[in-house]
Amino acid sequence: MTSALEDFSNYLYRNKHILLLLFLLPPLLWLGIIYLGSLIVFLFHSFFYLDGFTGKVVYKISLSTIIELFSSPANIDILIRTVVLASVVSLGAAIIGFPIAYYMAKYTTPKIKVFFYLAIMLPLWSSYLVRVYSWKLILAKEGIISWFLAKLHLTWLLEAILALPVIGGPSLSISYLGMFLVFTYIWLPFMILPIQASLERVPNSLINASYDLGATKRQTFYKVILPLALPGIAAGSIFTFSLTLGDYIIPYIIGTSKFFIGQAVYTHQGTAGNIPLAAAFSLVPIAVMAVYIYFAKKLGAFNAL
Amino acid sequence: MIKALELKNINKKFNETVALDKIHLEINDGEFFSLLGPSGSGKTTCLKVIGGFEQPDSGNVSLFNENVTDIPPFKRNVNTVFQDYALFPHMNVEENVCYSLKIKKIPKIEQESQVEEILSTVKLTGYEKRKPSELSGGQRQRVALARSLINKPKILLLDEPLGALDLKLREQMQIELKNLQRQFQITFIYVTHDQQEALSMSDRIAIFNDGKIEQVDTPDNIYKNPKTAFVADFIGTTSLVSKQLAAKLFNYNSAFSIRPENIKINNEQDSKSEFNAKVVVTDIQFQGSYYKILCKANDLTLTTLHYVDKQKTFKINLGDSLELSWNKIDITNIND
Repeated sequence: MTSALEDFSNYLYRNKHILLLLFLLPPLLWLGIIYLGSLIVFLFHSFFYLDGFTGKVVYKISLSTIIELFSSPANIDILIRTVVLASVVSLGAAIIGFPIAYYMAKYTTPKIKVFFYLAIMLPLWSSYLVRVYSWKLILAKEGIISWFLAKLHLTWLLEAILALPVIGGPSLSISYLGMFLVFTYIWLPFMILPIQASLERVPNSLINASYDLGATKRQTFYKVILPLALPGIAAGSIFTFSLTLGDYIIPYIIGTSKFFIGQAVYTHQGTAGNIPLAAAFSLVPIAVMAVYIYFAKKLGAFNAL
Repeated sequence: MIKALELKNINKKFNETVALDKIHLEINDGEFFSLLGPSGSGKTTCLKVIGGFEQPDSGNVSLFNENVTDIPPFKRNVNTVFQDYALFPHMNVEENVCYSLKIKKIPKIEQESQVEEILSTVKLTGYEKRKPSELSGGQRQRVALARSLINKPKILLLDEPLGALDLKLREQMQIELKNLQRQFQITFIYVTHDQQEALSMSDRIAIFNDGKIEQVDTPDNIYKNPKTAFVADFIGTTSLVSKQLAAKLFNYNSAFSIRPENIKINNEQDSKSEFNAKVVVTDIQFQGSYYKILCKANDLTLTTLHYVDKQKTFKINLGDSLELSWNKIDITNIND
């Protein structure tokens, strides 16, 4: 008995790929069947269509749902609105996140770095809904921001900002500006950590070498630091971009009555029972992400990896 | 003689550790000057102060009689070859070498011809489009050199540039570096902890210990006339005899250092010498062309060399008693 087990163990030692297969099989099955499989089945629904008369799904391959998605101006509006918001949020998170990440990577002592890790991760320990609702209160008309600005006699400034077309609204909690703020805040950790990791790998001697060769701080930033941090920014923006593309809670709680992709998917597969259209909507973020990563790679975002 | 560099009373502390302690140093134009010392002796900090990457707590740095103490590195006419080469990983060889020319906005055509010329000098023609990750250690070293030399700096700082290379390559690069220095007639300030490297390449050497300079001299003088016990011990092999021991055993009134090649083994050749000692062999180390023999007699430890030719058989064994002798002319008095 023991020798049979030992033989088997020796066999596995000599045939490492079989051992590897044994280890990987459970997660691969999980990922392949339960995760990817169900996703593909769902996405495949976008090739079916809803019978307009009976309201039932017709299981025949056709492009009519996808054509419907792109032919309706309301749907196009939703797509553009979501993609623009996701881009702006990613940009905002990168601009806010980079200095924090840079400080963490280059100027902190190990103790302060632990504090920064905690401070960045801490919000993720509380419920996402709680954080969004607290932002709702912070941004509300009677919220802390308006109260604080009133104390500073700056209410006119807030009103001027809210009066701006498109991004403004009746209050911060019902405006694109408010949504931008909340999204940027909620996804910020996902931007800071990859940038920090990529900056951590840039040795200080490279920065010194750049100064040594006559480059000023500004030139060094654009020619050395930024290109080397680009994979981190790209990774971070993939998080912020895709998370914003798919989210439906923040637009629901903070936003205006205008729909985003997540909400469209939610209503079409739920109340409307239009699973094919919901599936077609969810194809869009995947396609957008594929295009985004393709261009990021083409622009050399991953060259320094 | 033009002074390329002058350090006046440089002090530098990191928290409570003293990295540089009242450093005075003058280096002439065109010299190959080495900063030699064990790790943590302050030699790299000294180089960083010269390059402008570290600000001294007090003191003055002058390059060609111009005070540059408060001038940032990108405005100093010195270039550094870093220990880890510090090549930009996202640029190929050509872009790395061209970096400073682009910063200076030199016309494209001129850039190309200068890059071509410098790459042929360091024997890297044909490697223009390679990334640093696709090069060997020696090739990276050459790129780092080319990237610095293309600026035609007045002074080139080299921070243990050969430390990461294997022995054969290191010896070959030593020759090439020396040739480059002659060819460009630049002042080289070379940091190393390898005494053989410093001795064989330098015009002059400064020996660092504990943030202080122990001695500045030519390799020849440093080897023959070390001023302190530390220098005598750090450079080459030596036997140190303390003042007390010298008085007791040899009736001599100073501590001294004696090089192994000057200690004769009397058993094989008889000669009269001023210093004689009866010792026991404690260790024999084969070194190729000779044996290094460590001997002991009470508190006295001596190291001598024993050359053997093919015909003769080696006849010294562990535990043998030997009679050693040396002449007064060969010892160096040191401050104990």
